[in-house]
Amino acid sequence: MYLKKIVVFLCVSFLALGSTGLASTLEDVKARGVLNCGISEGVPGFSIPDSSGRWVGFDVDMARAVAAAVLKDGEKIKFVSLASKQKIVAVSSGQVDLTSRTTTWTLKRDAKQGVDFTTIVFYDGQGFMIPKSMGVTSAKDLDGASVCVTAGTTSELNVADFARANNIKFEIVVFDGKKEALNAYASGRCDVFTTDISQLASLRSTLAKPQDHLILPEVLSKEPLSPLVRHGDNQWKDIVTWVINGLIAAEEHGITKANVLEIKATSKNPVVQRMLGKSGDTGSYLGLDKDWMVRAIQTVGNYGEIYQRHFGPDTRLNIPRGINNLWTKGGQHYALPIR
Amino acid sequence: MASVRLKTFVPGPAMAPPLVSSGVIGWMRINLFNSSLNSVLTVVALFFLYKALPPMISWAFLDAAWLAPSPEHEGACWAFIINKFRVLMVGLYPGELVWRPMAVAAIVVILSVLTVARKLSTRLLIILWYTLPVVLFFIINGGILGLPKVEQSLWGGLMLSMGLAVVGILLSIPFGILLALGRRSRLAVVRTLCTGIIECIRGVPLITILFMASVMLPIFLPQGVNINNLLRVQIGIILFSSAYMAEVVRGGLQAIPVGQFEAAGSLGLNAFQTMVFVVLPQALRHVVPSLIGRCVALFKDTSLVIIVGLLDFLGMVKASSQDPQWLGYDAEAYVFCAFVYWIICFSMSRYGRSIERRNQW
Repeated sequence: MYLKKIVVFLCVSFLALGSTGLASTLEDVKARGVLNCGISEGVPGFSIPDSSGRWVGFDVDMARAVAAAVLKDGEKIKFVSLASKQKIVAVSSGQVDLTSRTTTWTLKRDAKQGVDFTTIVFYDGQGFMIPKSMGVTSAKDLDGASVCVTAGTTSELNVADFARANNIKFEIVVFDGKKEALNAYASGRCDVFTTDISQLASLRSTLAKPQDHLILPEVLSKEPLSPLVRHGDNQWKDIVTWVINGLIAAEEHGITKANVLEIKATSKNPVVQRMLGKSGDTGSYLGLDKDWMVRAIQTVGNYGEIYQRHFGPDTRLNIPRGINNLWTKGGQHYALPIR
Repeated sequence: MASVRLKTFVPGPAMAPPLVSSGVIGWMRINLFNSSLNSVLTVVALFFLYKALPPMISWAFLDAAWLAPSPEHEGACWAFIINKFRVLMVGLYPGELVWRPMAVAAIVVILSVLTVARKLSTRLLIILWYTLPVVLFFIINGGILGLPKVEQSLWGGLMLSMGLAVVGILLSIPFGILLALGRRSRLAVVRTLCTGIIECIRGVPLITILFMASVMLPIFLPQGVNINNLLRVQIGIILFSSAYMAEVVRGGLQAIPVGQFEAAGSLGLNAFQTMVFVVLPQALRHVVPSLIGRCVALFKDTSLVIIVGLLDFLGMVKASSQDPQWLGYDAEAYVFCAFVYWIICFSMSRYGRSIERRNQW
């Protein structure tokens, strides 16, 4: 009985201690002068240390945009590589201000694990890769094909669900690891290889002739990837959400890294003027200054530029935009109004 | 007086040993074909070498691309390692400050050479080795003497692996000795405590300790209180290694006959002096092979820090092989990694052998 009371007392005092230690993240970051950002230890295209020891990638650029908006410098950022198991705890315990690390937005994580998701930066999902020589352009035409999948993942279930939903039949061949499954596919053991689309691309580029293989447009599962922040600091969540949203809006309005200053000076579009701080003061709603979005775009470019840089046709990954395109071009990215 | 001439015996030159027991043939007969089973095994092994070696050599050397990736070369692309060499060695350490890890590496090499060459007294060596981590920390970390500070999130590569291992080894040996002595203490509280610590830590895998240190600890700590991730991991490694070192040292202590204690006592040495001047020097000498074995194991164990997101040598090898610009060179990356680990571990065990040989009496 006493023990229970002591435990409760300890918990309460910890919480009390915790809440007094909870300053606003924005103030913390400004006082520190550095944004602490969690990223993955290495996922091709998303975040990877390059040969000169600099973090590069899609997730990295999203975080740099936030640093540019808040601290006026995209280099004032400290990247902390996090293992998958740490990515939630590191944010909820305040080790990092923001985690930009290929994390799927799910109910449990959002509601139960002390973190808040901001906005979706990448719609990932399971996809199919086939040899171009098959002459198939849609996964629905794959009736009777054999599919190489990785054991113990949801991939297998997703493939079965997809087959049932479309009334076709697959012969599923299960392998222990992703590399083994890919090797089996490469050696012709099966017709189709399946895993998350973002990984399909990098795995494809390791094949002997990457250009002979095609990633089909169908997406079998939902893996919306979003940066996350600590639960309960709404101002900070708003900042991350709206900076990324602003990058998407910039693409909608054709504002790029190169022309942002020119557009700010010349544009007559009131929407663009508000966004770039020419009229109104959108930054102040977030606790930032007028030029928050200008700096973000200057640092990393708009959403489309970031995507092109890390996944575009010039890269070895070459992931088609697909549902990651703007809503006006058949994708899912729909910028919320900045006003 | 007639001189007596003694006939002295002059042995003729020794006959050459029979051909079948000397030279190459003899060596082969003794070592490779000394029984029918061994003969079969030798032939099988030779067959496998014949099948495996030529492709390996042509992959690693003859067909390899050395300076730039080229499609004509079917073999390994060592240009990948050359391009990634810096991040593999020092992680994300800023390029213009790389001289600092290089200076540190030079200090470590010089000190290792001095140790192996036995040019310095043992006492001086111990003092040098224990001041080493402090000096290294300040050179790498900076923040004093006008050296710019380098964030610990930028440390990585072989530098991080070596750092974790060296600090882990240097600190876990004294802690291990203390724990071992505590476990043999006559005071029940000390004995129980030390036994408890040792058995608790030895009862769980290193991965669990790293996870506790890295993932669980921040949940228990109040918000805003952050202990550096690297420090937590290093403490975890030291704790883990200390428990094992303690058991190794205890083995050595048990080998000391009770007569040594009595003799020391009759010379007027007190308990502390007996321990430090009589018992421990002998006990440690007994367990040098196992201690070296623990050091090698600890160095390899540091590669587990990848699961808590630290990019040590293996982590950097993994990350580098995922670089979109350099995809598809996993084999080169891992072969290089294995080679470096082997060089370091093999050197350590050779040094251990040399200590053992010197200690034989």
